[in-house]
Amino acid sequence: MFSKFDVIETIDMVEKEHLDIRTVTMGISLLSCIRGSAEETAQAVYDRVMKKAERLVPTAEELSLEYGIPIVNKRVSVTPVSLITAAFPEKSALVGKALDRAARELGIDFLGGYSALVHKGTADYEEVFLKTIPEVLATTERLCSSVNVGSSRSGINMDAVRTMGQIFLDTAYLTKDNDSLGCAKLVVFCNAVEDNPFMAGAFHGTGEADTVINVGISGPGVVQHALKFVPDADLTDAAETIKRTAFKITRAGQLIAREASKRLQARFGIVDLSLAPTPARGDSVAHILEELGLEVVGGHGTTAALAMLNDAVKKGGVMASSRVGGLSGAFIPVSEDIGMIESAQAGKISLDKLEAMTCVCSVGLDMIAIPGDTPASTISAIIADEAAIGMINNKTTAVRIIPAYGKKVGDEVSFGGLLGRAPVMPVHTGSAEKFISRGGLIPAPIHSFKN
Amino acid sequence: MRAVVTVTGTDRRGIIAKVSGFLYEHNINIEDISQTILGEQFAMIMMVDTSESKENFVSLASQLEELGKEIGMSVRIQHEDIFNAMHNI
Repeated sequence: MFSKFDVIETIDMVEKEHLDIRTVTMGISLLSCIRGSAEETAQAVYDRVMKKAERLVPTAEELSLEYGIPIVNKRVSVTPVSLITAAFPEKSALVGKALDRAARELGIDFLGGYSALVHKGTADYEEVFLKTIPEVLATTERLCSSVNVGSSRSGINMDAVRTMGQIFLDTAYLTKDNDSLGCAKLVVFCNAVEDNPFMAGAFHGTGEADTVINVGISGPGVVQHALKFVPDADLTDAAETIKRTAFKITRAGQLIAREASKRLQARFGIVDLSLAPTPARGDSVAHILEELGLEVVGGHGTTAALAMLNDAVKKGGVMASSRVGGLSGAFIPVSEDIGMIESAQAGKISLDKLEAMTCVCSVGLDMIAIPGDTPASTISAIIADEAAIGMINNKTTAVRIIPAYGKKVGDEVSFGGLLGRAPVMPVHTGSAEKFISRGGLIPAPIHSFKN
Repeated sequence: MRAVVTVTGTDRRGIIAKVSGFLYEHNINIEDISQTILGEQFAMIMMVDTSESKENFVSLASQLEELGKEIGMSVRIQHEDIFNAMHNI
């Protein structure tokens, strides 16, 4: 049984501290949609997504009203499209556009899975597929793309890393009228997970069941608020407070995931324990770190504070859910977090510090604007550094970076809504051209040989 | 189904009458009721049983929200499971 104080606590979490379920994401396998031509395949893909996800939005809205917890986003992830279009990769855009149309008609904000997994090598059809990404992102609205270029078991495919540097630049150019928005829908991974509900990196792995429901929780504001009550606690007690709060938030996610999968006749996939910020005040991961005692996020101590936060969130969440997965931890996107935006604007956080932070949090360099004239090889080198951190440390890392076309350090990109805004940050100018042009595979680390 | 009705806002006359009147009209049984004052905020919490009500739950939730606007309070009805999930191990 619960007490009246528990009831009031939950209501305050929702109404004052931005507690919400960030996303209910339906993963749908498209493997049964492969036909003899691109046109037939695109139609089969559209029909399947429309049928499977038909009740996704109304069901999420019903759940939201019944339980009194906002569900911010309803999304779909699909089998990596490069696998579906392997026989006609040059026409992959047809499937991409069919998916975008389905997303619009279903009323969902993003659909993920215009993706390729090339961590050990790029097949010929994948090479063609990767080149379609900029054009597809420029001509669709809700479609998201991701590419896995490395893993702890296989090493880093540096040929793909080289290709992706140019693909970021091409995407930035083709979407230059919207502050290079296309790059906000593109992410490069090392150790990508197959059940991530969050965008832009969601796709439905081939090891997954036919249709699953994955739920991403949120609640940085709730954690910050809880820490306000223990201003003088030592860090052991502060970690304990975060754990307890993460437990409660995750239980809400677990309940919604269970009910949603029952009502949508899909399998309950996972609850992703990530603290996902938004640009709204009171919904910031950076502010949690500041609540722990940092003057500003980005200063010395930030990595340690983030490591503690990330771990405590996992510990509380794992206890609260029967199925945990996805990325699970704390997100540190720059443009989507008011604390990060303000620190970046004041020049208090650097790309180097952000890279260090990615060693201890759940993802990587996320939603960072860099100058539009950054060379492709430098972007590839940023991807390689991040992938190396993931590969060596057995964790997921990602790069979602925006080389804002025509903009330089001091300018700002603004996407509005949940994607937010970000000042253009400087990158190092020392060239990595020769290193990146070598290509090949960075061999898997010694600790990958576990069999 | 068991649910929790909460009414929060600045205290005024007739709140209980209005809300319990609505619940009576919709055949919803009040099993427990408690009030508390937090700072200047008034909070009333009711445990209710909606199994005899013909109205669907989503519609009840919207009507109660409307009623809240009329009386200048915030009124919600939520499935009890959300509180069980969040506050029990």
